[in-house]
Amino acid sequence: MNAPKAKTLFQKIWESHVVTQEPGAPAVLYIDLHLVHEVTSPQAFAGLRSRGLRVRRPARTFATVDHSIPTGDPAVPLSDMLASRQIAQMEENAGWGGIRFFGMNSTQRGIVHVIGPELGLTQPGMTVVCGDSHTSTHGAFGALAFGIGTSEVEHVLASQCLLQRRPGVCEVRIEGKKGPGVTAKDIVLALLARIGVGGGTGHVFEYTGSAVGSLTMEERMTICNMSIEGGARAGMMAPDDTTIEYIAGREFSPRGAAWDSAVARWRKLPTDDGAVFDRSMTLDISGLSPMITFGTNPGMGLAITGPVPSPDQVADPARRSALRKALEYMNLTPGQPLLGSPVNVVFIGSCTNGRISDLRLAASVLRGRRVAPTVRLLVVPGSQAVKAQAEDEGLDGIFKSAGAEWREAGCSMCIAMNGDQLLPGQYAVSTSNRNFEGRQGKGGRTFLASPLTAAACAVTGTITDVRTLPS
Amino acid sequence: MPGFSRFTSRLVPLLVDNIDTDQIIPARFLKVTDKLGLGESLFSDWRFNPDGSPRADFVLNMPEHRGAQILLAGDNFGCGSSREHAPWALSGFGFRAVISTSFADIFANNALKNSLLPLALSGADHREVVALLKSDPAAEFSVDLSSQTLITPGGKPMPFPIDSFAKTCLLNGVDELGYLLRFVPEIEAFEQSTSRG
Ligand code: SF4
Repeated sequence: MNAPKAKTLFQKIWESHVVTQEPGAPAVLYIDLHLVHEVTSPQAFAGLRSRGLRVRRPARTFATVDHSIPTGDPAVPLSDMLASRQIAQMEENAGWGGIRFFGMNSTQRGIVHVIGPELGLTQPGMTVVCGDSHTSTHGAFGALAFGIGTSEVEHVLASQCLLQRRPGVCEVRIEGKKGPGVTAKDIVLALLARIGVGGGTGHVFEYTGSAVGSLTMEERMTICNMSIEGGARAGMMAPDDTTIEYIAGREFSPRGAAWDSAVARWRKLPTDDGAVFDRSMTLDISGLSPMITFGTNPGMGLAITGPVPSPDQVADPARRSALRKALEYMNLTPGQPLLGSPVNVVFIGSCTNGRISDLRLAASVLRGRRVAPTVRLLVVPGSQAVKAQAEDEGLDGIFKSAGAEWREAGCSMCIAMNGDQLLPGQYAVSTSNRNFEGRQGKGGRTFLASPLTAAACAVTGTITDVRTLPS
Repeated sequence: MPGFSRFTSRLVPLLVDNIDTDQIIPARFLKVTDKLGLGESLFSDWRFNPDGSPRADFVLNMPEHRGAQILLAGDNFGCGSSREHAPWALSGFGFRAVISTSFADIFANNALKNSLLPLALSGADHREVVALLKSDPAAEFSVDLSSQTLITPGGKPMPFPIDSFAKTCLLNGVDELGYLLRFVPEIEAFEQSTSRG
């Protein structure tokens, strides 16, 4: 009976980061890596200053600008005074705090959740936080990574710790093989369509199952990224050879003897046989079609070949009225097929699908084709490094000759803070993660889909099943 | 931070499920570097016409709801982003509590840090509140944090859960960062013992 208890990945990380915990109080949880951006941090730094505090462990925090920065011609000066003040403030705060900052002119800048992994900052077994809900992305490395509010950003800056209650752990087992035209994005949209936007509340998802092990790191990040869309605090996946290979040799990855001992530690992280989860569910992806959302939250998704659901067939009155309201906003008719609906804008980018593999997928569709004349296609790399890589591979040429806009890195039309936005009433197919009302511009309407689907829709100017695109 | 005391108020019904943070405060208002003034942009896209004039048919603009301190929302309030601007906007507008049946984790956390109470009722109690409000839109409810109840005009207490630590902090006006910083010696020892110095 004295055998060590079987533990989950989450448990191992949690337990090794609890500094102390008083009875009845939340745990004091140590934070290994803190990422900061311009939008959710100014008030935290102001708070620190007004208390006469300093950044306690500056080497554990990294800052960049991504949300409100322009993605157009870098030679054109910023016209948005508020954004430019925010960016200047970020730079000043980073300087004041002694924090490494990847600013506008840095070749290492990009969306926080793209650059963390890219620079080798994100590593298995770490606790990672950022004032941004899509911090869940970093869980793909077997890290415990979650978004925090600005008060908590201040707490981490001041103490390198957070007060946290231990969440439950929900196993999401993914089995089966994905078919042609189906990507990681389709897997996570299918999961969300099943559990809804509140299905994971109070829990951390650990993705397990045969399908997870066969995914690349970038695919894993896409799935962990959208865990928050299911209400989960974080998403995580056990580190394996794929993870270790990805991290090796990156700028901030351990080297030499430190690398060997790190790898030995990481190997012990996966959930032990016999460990118990608080909840469990299984998603079989065999037979999955490309997915797309039709409504105003990421849980309102369906197979791209399917009809728009009808509120009359929903028994629960609250859900019925939510569906009705969503269809009204989207101006869609119950029962109509989505295939063939017109599209005005296509956005390929974001921390969900703005990595090199995503751009390669989009380029595979756009090679030798043209964007429909009625469509504006924006391709926005997730980081300047992704941009450079794509240009090395000649992907920018494919995009440009197809008639797309090839832009600088940033969040761009995922959040529409920087001027890249929809006009009222426009329809967009977007590879980002949120289709909330007005998310991509006031009055704009968003269909979330994969880079393959998005590129196919750009070519035809309508909602299109990439599997049926005529060559 | 002053302690959270019992108060009585009318409710503003905004009975939509899954109200996300992009509705509470659209992203274009996040280009600020302080917390003040965000109440003006609360629910901006629902509250104002494209020309900036208030929409007469939106609850927050109705004169009978002016000054109410409790928002009655549908299920799963506050999903979406981690922006603390959402509770800043709600508090800035004058709300001290939001009623729902559940809250997104980060939103609830952020709200509690700003003395905005995320008040999660059972489905049955939530329906009863909605019904009470239907028969008397001016009904006043009391929020009593120490007994963790919402009290109906008829005096019926409806329980709501709240983290015991958060409750203590709210009632006594304890500053969480102040509490956390008491552990700096332990944090230092942890850093040393785990070679994180
Ligand atoms: S790309 Fe979109 S979701 Fe990701 S960090 Fe930027 S704004 Fe947030």
